[in-house]
Amino acid sequence: MFEQQLVNGLTLGVIYALIAVGYTMVYGVIELINFAHGEVYMLGAFFCVTFITALGMPFYVAIVAAMLCCALLGILLDVVAYRPLRNAPRLAALITAIGMSIFLQNLAMIIWGSRAKPFAQEAVPAYLAETALEWSGVHLTWLQIFILGVALVMMLGLYLIINKTRIGTAMRALAQNKTAAALMGINVNFVISFTFALGSAMGAVAGVLVAVYYNTLYPTMGYVAGVKAFASAVLGGIGSVPGAMVGGVVLGVAEALGAGYVSSLYRDGVAYAVLIAVIIFRPSGILGRAVVDKA
Amino acid sequence: MLKLDNVHAYYGSIHALKGVCLTVEQGEIVTLIGANGAGKSTTLMTVSSVVPVRRGSITFEGRDITKVSTNRVVEMGVVQVPEGRMIFPGLTVAENLRMGGYLRRDKDGLRRDEDKVFDLFPVLAERRRQPGGTLSGGEQQMLAIGRALMARPRLLLLDEPSLGLAPIVVENIFEVVQEINAAGTTVMLVEQNAQMALSIAHRGYVLATGEVIMQGTAKELLDDPKVRKAYLGED
Repeated sequence: MFEQQLVNGLTLGVIYALIAVGYTMVYGVIELINFAHGEVYMLGAFFCVTFITALGMPFYVAIVAAMLCCALLGILLDVVAYRPLRNAPRLAALITAIGMSIFLQNLAMIIWGSRAKPFAQEAVPAYLAETALEWSGVHLTWLQIFILGVALVMMLGLYLIINKTRIGTAMRALAQNKTAAALMGINVNFVISFTFALGSAMGAVAGVLVAVYYNTLYPTMGYVAGVKAFASAVLGGIGSVPGAMVGGVVLGVAEALGAGYVSSLYRDGVAYAVLIAVIIFRPSGILGRAVVDKA
Repeated sequence: MLKLDNVHAYYGSIHALKGVCLTVEQGEIVTLIGANGAGKSTTLMTVSSVVPVRRGSITFEGRDITKVSTNRVVEMGVVQVPEGRMIFPGLTVAENLRMGGYLRRDKDGLRRDEDKVFDLFPVLAERRRQPGGTLSGGEQQMLAIGRALMARPRLLLLDEPSLGLAPIVVENIFEVVQEINAAGTTVMLVEQNAQMALSIAHRGYVLATGEVIMQGTAKELLDDPKVRKAYLGED
C-alpha cells in the first residue's frame, strides 16, 4: 500500500510541479502571483479535447497544439492585463490576476458549459490504460509512466532553456536586477512575455495529463490545482524553479500518503496544511534563499 | 556626439533635473561632478532612457533618442555602468559578461572581446565560473565595466565607479578608464570624487540641484576657487 501511494503521489506530484514552475517563474521576473495560471492549466485541457473532437487531431498533436495556444494565451494575459500595471502598486496587479482568473473560468463555462465532461478517450492510445508493471501488489500503468516521462522531459527542457540559452540567462538576469537587465539591452517586456509563454505551455501539459488521468475536465478544475501548485511553489521557495519541481513532488507524495493513511477527505487539506506550515516555519521554502552578494 | 538640451526629469513629484544642457564630443572624457542629489545619476539615467525625459531633448550622433527605449539606446552604442555596479549576483562572471554582449550575435567577436576584458582585468578570468555575488566590491566594479565593454560601446556612461572602493582599486579603475578612452571609446563619467575625475577628464560640468552651474575644461575647473572650495575639499 505504501509503495502504491508513493507511485500515485509521484504521478500527482510531477503534475503539480509542472504547474508550479509557471507560478514561480512569473514571480521570479515580476514578483506577481499569477492567479490566472490555474485557468491556463484548465484551458490547456479544454483546448486539447476540443482539438481532438472538433478538429480530429491525433492525441499527441493536440497536446502540442494546446501548449502553443496556452503559450499565446499567457503572452496575451501579460500584454493585456499585467503590462499596463507594471509600475502600479503590486496589489493592483494581484487583484487583476484574480480578476483574470474569474474571467477565464467564466469564459470557459460559456464556451464549454459548466458541467464536467470526460476526456476524449477514443483518441487516447489504448495502451496507456494498461498496466505496465506490477510487483508485489503495486500497479504502474502506462499512463503513469507517460505522465512521469513527459514531466521529466519537460523539466529537463526547461532546465536547459533557463540555464543554457541566451534568453534563459536573460530571464535569470531580469529576475536579479530589472534595471541592470534593461541597461544590457535586454528587451524586458519581451523576456517577461516569454516567461509567461514558457510557464503557460508547461501548465497546459499538466492540464491535459490530469484530464486524461482522471478522465474528466471542468471549468473550475484550475482552482484547486492552482492552489496546490502555488503551495508547491511556496514550499520549494517561490522564485526558485528547482524548488517548484521539488515542492510539487513533495506535496503530491504527502497528499497521496495523507489520503491513503488518514482519510481521502483530507487530500486537499494536506496542501493547505503544508502551505501554512511553510509560511510559519520556513518562509523562504526548501530551496529558496537570498542570493549571495558579498559587496 | 551626445547632446542634452534643456532636459527636465522627475522622480515621482521631485523635479530632479531642471533644464540640463551639456554636450559630449567624440573621443572625450567628460565628467559630471557635484554633490549628492545634484542629479548626476539621473542625467545618465535619462540618457539611457531608464528615467523618462519630461521636457527637452537628447540627441546621440544627430538622432533624437529622447523617447527611444533603453534597449534601442544600448543598440545604438550608449552603454551604462550604473551606480552600485548592479552586476547579476546569481550569474557567473562569464554569464554576466555574456549578458553585456546580449545584443551581439557575432560569436567570434564576443569571444575576442571577452579575452580583452580578461586582459584588462585578469582577476575576472580566474573567477569566470564564480557567481558575481561572491566577488569583492572592486572586482564587481571591474566586472560591471567589463560587462559594459562587451556591448562594444561608442559612448560609455560610468556612474560613480569609485564608490566604496579602496584608493588603490580606484586608481586601477581610473587607469583602465583612460585606457578604454585611448582605445577610442568616448566616456561620460559621473563622480563624487571630483579630484580623481577631473584628473583624467578633458572637460567637466558641475551640477547642483538639477542644473549645470559651471562648465569648462578639466584644468579650468581644477583651478577654479569655487570648485576647489565646494568639491575638492579646500578651505
